[in-house]
Amino acid sequence: MPPRKPTGSRGRSSSAQGKDQQRRPMFRRRKVCKFCSDKIDDINYKDTKLLMPFVPERAKILPRRISGTCAMHQRKLRTAIMRARQLALIPYTAE
Amino acid sequence: MNRKYELVYVVSPDAGDDQVSALHTQVDETVTRMGGQIEKTDNWGRRKLAYEIGRHKEGTYVLEVINGSGELMKELDRRLKVLDYVIRHLVVRVDEAEAVVDRTRSRRTETSRRRRVARGLPPERQPGEGQRGDGDDDRDDRFDMGGEL
Repeated sequence: MPPRKPTGSRGRSSSAQGKDQQRRPMFRRRKVCKFCSDKIDDINYKDTKLLMPFVPERAKILPRRISGTCAMHQRKLRTAIMRARQLALIPYTAE
Repeated sequence: MNRKYELVYVVSPDAGDDQVSALHTQVDETVTRMGGQIEKTDNWGRRKLAYEIGRHKEGTYVLEVINGSGELMKELDRRLKVLDYVIRHLVVRVDEAEAVVDRTRSRRTETSRRRRVARGLPPERQPGEGQRGDGDDDRDDRFDMGGEL
């Protein structure tokens, strides 16, 4: 592993940390993957009820950073949503 | 080599019930002719489409679970493409995905049983025990990112 450059990034990161500490009191609940916690093994394209919460109004797939889905389940979710879209079970876009 | 596939097709709402059933028998014929069998048929009935396809706003959905070869599915795919009253169709291979689901599910029940026995509990969950499942059995202990994000 190459040694990190000590300049620039170090200073910035420390200042960012300071800001973070100021903001600490704002507590956010840690997001958990819905599929892991509910033990849903099978993300099926036919199950629109399960998929709909992950395609909000604009009908775009909800990103992982917002939904908190883990990487594995996000991948499965993506294929399921794309299949469901092909069959017109889920919209591609909102009109 | 026979594999398990799911075929879903959406029939135009202009086509009547008899046309849908005729299509089903047609599919069935092709499947049996090419050495496969239909495991399950499920007619979801008429549903609203999520978006307009051509001028259609509704469609009749039919699901068929088929055991057969890749060539068979290719042939079905080709035939369904030709028919103009089939507005959408999708072929998905499901056997591998199902195997994975079964494996993860059995592995999970197995670990939870083992842990319950290790804790001196009966291997099955008792009715009315704990509200949030076995919680501590498979809680993930990833690093808590705290207030970030």
